[in-house]
Amino acid sequence: MKGRHRITGILLFGVCLLVWLPLLLMTAAAWMPEDELYWRYLSPLGLGRDQVRAALIPSYPSLAAMKELLVCSPGFFIMFWNSCIQVIPMAAGQLLVGAPAAWAFARFRFSGRRQLFGLYVLLMVLPFQVTQVSNYLVLDRLRILDSHMGMILPGIWSTLPVFIMTRSFETIPTELVEAAYLDGAGQWYTFLHIGLPLGYPGIATALMLTFVDGWNALEQPLTYLKTKSLWPISLYLPDIAKDKAAVAFAAALITCLLPVLIYLNCQEELEQGAASSGLKQ
Amino acid sequence: MASSGRRVSASRLRRALTPWLFLAPSLGGVAVFMGFPFLDVLSRSFRDAMGTRLVGLDNYKAVLDNSAFRLAAGNTVRFLAVCIPLLLVLSLSLALLLTKRAEIYGKLPADSGDRGGCRLIRTTMVLPMAVPAASMVLIWKILLCPEGVLNQALTAATGEPWETDWAFSPWAFPVLVVTYLWKHTGYDMILWVAGLQGISGDLYEAARIDGAGAWQELRYITLPQLGGTFCLVGILSLVNSFRVYREAYLLAGSYPDSSIYLIPHLFAHWFLNLDVQKMTAAAVMMTGVFLAPALAGRIVQRKIGREKIGRKKVRGGERM
Repeated sequence: MKGRHRITGILLFGVCLLVWLPLLLMTAAAWMPEDELYWRYLSPLGLGRDQVRAALIPSYPSLAAMKELLVCSPGFFIMFWNSCIQVIPMAAGQLLVGAPAAWAFARFRFSGRRQLFGLYVLLMVLPFQVTQVSNYLVLDRLRILDSHMGMILPGIWSTLPVFIMTRSFETIPTELVEAAYLDGAGQWYTFLHIGLPLGYPGIATALMLTFVDGWNALEQPLTYLKTKSLWPISLYLPDIAKDKAAVAFAAALITCLLPVLIYLNCQEELEQGAASSGLKQ
Repeated sequence: MASSGRRVSASRLRRALTPWLFLAPSLGGVAVFMGFPFLDVLSRSFRDAMGTRLVGLDNYKAVLDNSAFRLAAGNTVRFLAVCIPLLLVLSLSLALLLTKRAEIYGKLPADSGDRGGCRLIRTTMVLPMAVPAASMVLIWKILLCPEGVLNQALTAATGEPWETDWAFSPWAFPVLVVTYLWKHTGYDMILWVAGLQGISGDLYEAARIDGAGAWQELRYITLPQLGGTFCLVGILSLVNSFRVYREAYLLAGSYPDSSIYLIPHLFAHWFLNLDVQKMTAAAVMMTGVFLAPALAGRIVQRKIGREKIGRKKVRGGERM
C-alpha cells in the first residue's frame, strides 16, 4: 500500500514539474541581460542559429529587460491598456446581461426554455470561424469595425458564461428561493439577494474564463482590427519578439501576470464553481 | 411555475412574462450579433459573389470539391478524435489519483495547511490555463526548435544527433496535441475532482460491504455517477479544441505543416481573399454538423420518453 502510494505521489508531482519547468524557463529568461539572452536563446528568438543553452536561473541576473520594457516601451503599455479596455467591459457586460439570463434558464419553467438553452449551447460550441462572417457583417453595419467597441460588444453576448452561470444557479436549493418568495420578496429582489450571492462561484468562474480567453484573443483582433494602435497585447506580443528580441521574455512574463494573479485570487471560486456545475446534470 | 392556485389574469401574465424580462437583454444581443446575421449568411450561401443571383448549391459544391477544405476538415476531425478522448482519460486519471491521495492525507478541502501537497498540485495544474498563448509559444520554441532542449535531450539519450524541427514537420500534429493537453488537463481535472467529491460515500460503503474490489467500484459506481461531469467536461473540451488555432498560428504561422492545417487556418485564408461564398457555405455546413448530433439526441430522447409514458405515467421532460 505504501509503495503504491509513493508512486501516485511521484506521478502527480511529476506532472506538476511539466507545468513548472516551462514557466520557470520563461521567468528566468525575463531577468537575463541582452548578451546572455542572445548567447542562450538565439534560435528561439529567431535571430540566428545557435545551440540553445537553457537555464532555470540566469547567470547574470539583470533588470535591464524589465526596465527597457516598462520604462522605455510605450508601445507595450498601449497594447496592455488596449487589452484591459477590451476585456474588462466585456466581462462586466457579461455579468449584466448574462447573469439574469442564466437565472431565467435556471429558475423558471417557461415554454421554449429547453430549445432556447439548446440554442445557447450550440452558439457556445460553434467555433469563432463559423460566426466570423455574420459578426463581421453586423459590425460593419453598426460601423464599429476596427474599434474597441467592435471587440467588446460581440464578446458581451458570448453564451459560454450564461451556460456556466445557469449550472451554478441550478444548484441553489429550491427551498431557499421559495422561502424568499413567501417572505414577500419580488423576483428581482430574490435574484439580487439570493441568486447572485449563492451563485457567486459560478459567476466568478464564468468571468474568469472570459477574462483569460479575452486576454488571449487572437482571431477576433486579427479579423476586426486593422489599426495597429488598437491591437491587444495578445496580438502584439509575437511582434515584439521580432522588433525588440531582448525584451520578448520580459513581455511574455508581464503578459502572464494579470491572468495568473486573477486566477490565483479566484482559485477557490473556480473550484466551487466547478463543483456546482458538475453536480447537476 | 404552476404552483399557485387561482390568481387574477394580470398577475398571471406578469408571472409568465418574468422569465422573458430576465432573458431580454441577453436574447436581444444574441439576436443582433448571432441570430439575424446568421440568417444573412444562410441566404448568402445560396447566392453568387454579388449576393444578387441565386446559385442553388453551387457554393456548397465548390467547398466540398475544394482540396484545402478536405484537408482541413480531415485534420480537424482527426485532431478532435485524438485530443478529446486523450484529454478526458488523462484528466480523469489524474483526478482519481489526486482524490485517492487526498483521502489518504485527510479531507480534500484542506482546512489547515496543505496535506500531502494536494492544494499545491491543484493550483499548479490549472496554471497553464491562465498562460496566454503568445507567452507559451515563446517557451515552446526554446524546447522545440532544431537546436532546442528536446533535441538535446534526445541526442543525449540515444547518442545520435537529433535536429528535428518539431513545429514545422509532420511532428507538428503531436506537438499540437501535447500543447492542447498541457493547457487544458488541469482545469478538466478540477472539474472531475468536483464530480468525484459529489458522489455519496454511502455508495462505496455499500459496495465494500458487498465485497466489491477497487476496479468494480470504479466501473459500477464512480464512472456511472460521473455522467453529468462527463457532459460538462466534454462540451468544454470541444469548445476549447478550436481555440488551439491560436497556439498553432503563433507557433507555425498561417501556412503550417499540412498535418496541422485546420479549419480555422482555412477560414483565415478565405477571409483574406474575401471568399465570402465559400465561407458562408462552410459555416452553414459546420453549424449543421454541430446541430445534427444534438437534434438526433433529442429525437431519441423523445422516443424513449414516449415509450416510458406509454408504459406508465411519468412526469414530462422538465429535466435538462
